[in-house]
Amino acid sequence: MLTATALAVIRTQSLFATVMLSGAFRFVSALLLMTLDAVDVAFTEAAVGAGISTVLMLGTMSLTARFETPSPRTSIAPFLVVCVTGAVLIYGTLDMPNFGAADAPVQTHVGPDYLSRSPHEIGVPNVVTAILASYRGYDTLGETAVVFTAGIGVLLLINGLRRRRRDGETDPDEDERGSA
Amino acid sequence: MRHHLILRVVTKMLVGTIFLFALYVQFHGDYSPGGGFQAGVIMAVGFIIYGMIFSLKKVQLVFPPWLVHKLLALGVLLYAGTGIYSLLAGYAYLDYAALSPHHPEHGQHYGILIVELGVGITVTGVMVAIYYAFAARTPIMSDEEW
Repeated sequence: MLTATALAVIRTQSLFATVMLSGAFRFVSALLLMTLDAVDVAFTEAAVGAGISTVLMLGTMSLTARFETPSPRTSIAPFLVVCVTGAVLIYGTLDMPNFGAADAPVQTHVGPDYLSRSPHEIGVPNVVTAILASYRGYDTLGETAVVFTAGIGVLLLINGLRRRRRDGETDPDEDERGSA
Repeated sequence: MRHHLILRVVTKMLVGTIFLFALYVQFHGDYSPGGGFQAGVIMAVGFIIYGMIFSLKKVQLVFPPWLVHKLLALGVLLYAGTGIYSLLAGYAYLDYAALSPHHPEHGQHYGILIVELGVGITVTGVMVAIYYAFAARTPIMSDEEW
């Protein structure tokens, strides 16, 4: 189903359909994470991937065209690159432990430590939250800072441009958009 | 989207629920899946959907851009401030036990709540700010084009 949605995203020409299908793609991958028992990640994927990025894509789309221009060249070289990358990735998974294996590094390294320590050290039932906010507090602080920086960056890029235009300087983008 | 009656009615009914759900995800993150990042996104979606269906002007009356820009920074400051508080109280940076020295477990609870709130505020601010920036850029394409 994931593959079918991905193929549909590639084949379709209407950007609106592409955005909607990629939203569906993300919902399906959220379901996939759900079956892997990664509820927190699935939730994030559904909220961030399927929700907000679809909305932002729609917002971006309303600034541009509705249909993509079909590319005239044949796409053999990109296809080869994709095949080789995919093959390498699949080759990489051969070394991975079986799904749910008890001796996998994820089960033997720090995982049991967190699971056994967090009930009496943190006392929060959701271990994911305990790890994110407390044991890995620095990481989460860094992530928040990244989100903050990204937001500031987008604001500067978009609003800064507008302010300059208001000052009366001509902007090459504006003419293009006016004629489109 | 003035003439989409169904969209407007459904949005009016949903926006309150969305905010409530965001708050639930935010403050119930200790017990169930979710936390600041997800709650922030859901909260932002509430504002964005309102802005899309009604108008940018209306949503900016409720949640003005200057407030959004302040909130961006407020979240990070709240997070970092928690760490600085624990430093001043004589603990390691971001050691939430400082918030309740006699009962470190409670301190952890408070710390996680505050920190997640900081994350949530920043994420809401960033998402809404990006939406404002995009939506204010050019006139949205006319309804008939959809």
